[in-house]
Amino acid sequence: MRPDNDIRALVGYIVETWELSPFWADVAAAVVILAVAAVVFLAVMTFAGVLTWAERRVAGRTQSRVGPNRVGPIGFLQWVVDGVKLVLKEDFVPDAADGPLFRLAPYLVILGVFSAMATVPFSQVLIAADLDVGALFIMAITSLVVVGVLMSGWASNNKWALLGGVRSAAQIVSYEVPAALSVMTIVLLAGSLSMQTIIGQQGGWPWEWYIFHSPFTFVLFFVFLASSIAEGNRIPFDLPEAESELVAGYNTEYSGMRWAGFFLGEFANVYVMSAIATTLFFGGWQVPGVAAEEHGDSLLIQGLGLVIFLGKAWVGCFVVLWARWTLPRLRVDQLMGVCYRYFIPIAFACMLGVALYALVVPAGSLPDVAVHLVTMAMGAAAVVVLFRRVGHHARSVGDRISLAEVLQRGQRFEFDPSVQLRRYGAHRRGGARESR
Amino acid sequence: MGSIREYFETIARSVVTLGDGFAVTLSYLFRRPNTIQYPDRSTRPVVAMLPERSRGLIEIDVTCCTGCMLCARACPIDVIEVKVEKHPDLGRMITRSAVDWSKCMFCGLCTEVCETGALRHSHEFEAGMASPLSLVMDFIDEPVPIVKVKKGEPPPERKPLGSIIRARLPGPWDPPPERREKPLPPVAPKAAAPATAEPKDGGTP
Repeated sequence: MRPDNDIRALVGYIVETWELSPFWADVAAAVVILAVAAVVFLAVMTFAGVLTWAERRVAGRTQSRVGPNRVGPIGFLQWVVDGVKLVLKEDFVPDAADGPLFRLAPYLVILGVFSAMATVPFSQVLIAADLDVGALFIMAITSLVVVGVLMSGWASNNKWALLGGVRSAAQIVSYEVPAALSVMTIVLLAGSLSMQTIIGQQGGWPWEWYIFHSPFTFVLFFVFLASSIAEGNRIPFDLPEAESELVAGYNTEYSGMRWAGFFLGEFANVYVMSAIATTLFFGGWQVPGVAAEEHGDSLLIQGLGLVIFLGKAWVGCFVVLWARWTLPRLRVDQLMGVCYRYFIPIAFACMLGVALYALVVPAGSLPDVAVHLVTMAMGAAAVVVLFRRVGHHARSVGDRISLAEVLQRGQRFEFDPSVQLRRYGAHRRGGARESR
Repeated sequence: MGSIREYFETIARSVVTLGDGFAVTLSYLFRRPNTIQYPDRSTRPVVAMLPERSRGLIEIDVTCCTGCMLCARACPIDVIEVKVEKHPDLGRMITRSAVDWSKCMFCGLCTEVCETGALRHSHEFEAGMASPLSLVMDFIDEPVPIVKVKKGEPPPERKPLGSIIRARLPGPWDPPPERREKPLPPVAPKAAAPATAEPKDGGTP
């Protein structure tokens, strides 16, 4: 079932084509692994950077502002400029900090998130390593983030940082339970931990996705989404870096590129969790109307699969950003209460429900398809209700929704040089010169 | 049973309220932002849009200043510096009429005491400068004789509001001005014409 399309297959292909001796085969393997690692790293770095820009744009529009719009078209290059600024900043380590641990911590955070990318697919053929234990690997390796965060909190020798680190550890470990339970349920359905196989078990059309498999998986998706947001320390679960309580939490003492490391990890994590959600619940790179086995070597179909996967993942990223600018931060007891009193029981119930469903309803039978369609109708109804409420809220304040206005970026008027020579102080320099 | 019912009611309430909250923020993404982008996308200069009585940078029109120094005395933090010196031929002359923008808090007490309206709030506010030394702005280039207003007569015509300060705001790379009083013109034995200001070391008494 599993197509040979990961890094081992690539190395094998190179070795066969050029008839390499065992030594050169090893060299080729090393080069290929490094190249693939570099490509994945750069891709996710770029995603993280673009996400920082997207976050600020979404934040701006949510608050009826414009957001960054000066660097490049609609401010798109803002993240490059910010990156350059952070690289040029001083790398500061406090005197009383535990130097080696303090320097090491951001790398662990980055490592935890970026290693997970190894098993996250981009398309049917683009995946660094299609491990047999992919889902398990992701759950395990992202726990490295806790170590990094706790380490930075301890090594900073600062009360805010320590509190933030401890909170973060408690939160991430707690929320791993519902997240793992939701992943487990999907694994139960797919019968495999491999990410590509999980995608292969679904289909291109929405009613073939696992989110619409039954009402249980539909609920589980939201449990997974919320738990992933909590694992990524993002609002509304950003207690470890709650500004109003803990200054900046575990990264209080960090500056420059090390500080950026934490945020690179955080934003990369947003993409990674969206990609995982796409894989587990939304059919991954499956192209509607084309079975997974028929994708083959066609560049068009494969490219389409890549676009579909990235599109779904970016919609997921948008939902995470949207949640950040909608919801207020939870209190610590509420945070734990939500996890232990709601998410874990719900996840368990849904897991049992899915198991019973799989036992009772034969896959592909008429009732099975009917349940898929009903669940999808439920999801569609939820989206329709949401957008009706969007219209209601816009109209209730006397505003209206118009796509033409959305595409206009802020207020723009004709430029009249006779009154508007104010740009870059031209009027002022001219005036000053005349007076002398 | 009550607590179980409460449990599910809590879940239902959370779902409904969360969904509605998401709808509120999503609706803003489909609306036009309220922002009017500041320097270059407004129909008129921002200065022209400010209200009539807005308190911008102070400007002093020395052509209708009586040199009474009420403004300097009214200023609670000694931002305004006015100096009047006596010239043997030309009478009393203003040799310095400066405002320190680094300290001014735009309270407007000086404009209230000014009898002739020489000192006013303009609407200008964009006074970013490269050098902090430029922040002390002198409103005269060479000594100016004070204006004498006779009782019952109106003070002389004032220059249009904002024109003086706009001409004096430095460009970003202009060097800071000299920070001293303007020397009085030399005493001319014959000609009473206003002499060109010759740079002379130190202030004359």
